[in-house]
Amino acid sequence: MADNADFAEQAMQFAPQLYSAAMRLTRNSADAEDLVQDTYLRAWRSFGTFQEGTNLRAWLYRILTNGFINKYRAKQRRPDETGMDNIEDLYLYKRLGTLDNALGSRSAEDTMFEMFTDDEVKAALEELPENFRLAVLLADVEGFAYKEIAEMLEIPVGTVMSRLHRGRKQMHKLLYDFASERGLIASSRIASDSITTSDS
Amino acid sequence: MPDCNDYDCNDTLRELELFLDKELSDGARETIHNHLGGCPDCLQAFDFHAELRTVIAVKCRNDEMPPGLLSKIEQCFGEDLGPGG
Repeated sequence: MADNADFAEQAMQFAPQLYSAAMRLTRNSADAEDLVQDTYLRAWRSFGTFQEGTNLRAWLYRILTNGFINKYRAKQRRPDETGMDNIEDLYLYKRLGTLDNALGSRSAEDTMFEMFTDDEVKAALEELPENFRLAVLLADVEGFAYKEIAEMLEIPVGTVMSRLHRGRKQMHKLLYDFASERGLIASSRIASDSITTSDS
Repeated sequence: MPDCNDYDCNDTLRELELFLDKELSDGARETIHNHLGGCPDCLQAFDFHAELRTVIAVKCRNDEMPPGLLSKIEQCFGEDLGPGG
């Protein structure tokens, strides 16, 4: 990177998405704001070690996740991972997969967007135990590759894959539970009798 | 609900996560792609998960930054890095 001013300008464009990521991790705006500020401060100080050609966005996310792990994770109570492995594969699809057909004319994408509120999707992610939340956030929200996530979290790629698999299933189940609570699923069930919901 | 007892269908559904993550080898990716082209049931499962992922990504990154955060970040950039910094 040419100089400090360039760096500042290029790094700033990622502030909104870093803030959203920080919100999912810390789950409150005051800590999220501190985490983002701290991320930029660290980035600025270690900018000298930044290799030109390195992915700036990935580098910033690495600083953000390390900052979260070091500062915030320690003070939160140990995450509860019990019950996470009792969820079958394709959990949500087996329950909602035919909903598009059931609702008829509306486009599938509209249906999915309206099925869950913004708050529900955020809450489902935020309820995941931290290790799983980090993996799902970095892959499904931020779009990083397994290898990039493995480097950021300093864990093997196989561990990334297993955390993603388990974390996604848990998140999908939470989404289903939220929609059920609102009564959304109950009404759709009538229209699509082919959905199997024997286990609960 | 697709009735995927077919060997190819089971294979496809098992690899769906890796396929959506774009983490399969070119060969494996093409095999799944070809299967999806001819199997409406698996294609429906693929569409569902692709859309779900889009919805999750969009809804999880739309937080509005607190006013003043940007200027606080700019202050970070103003910090004197000292000689050689």
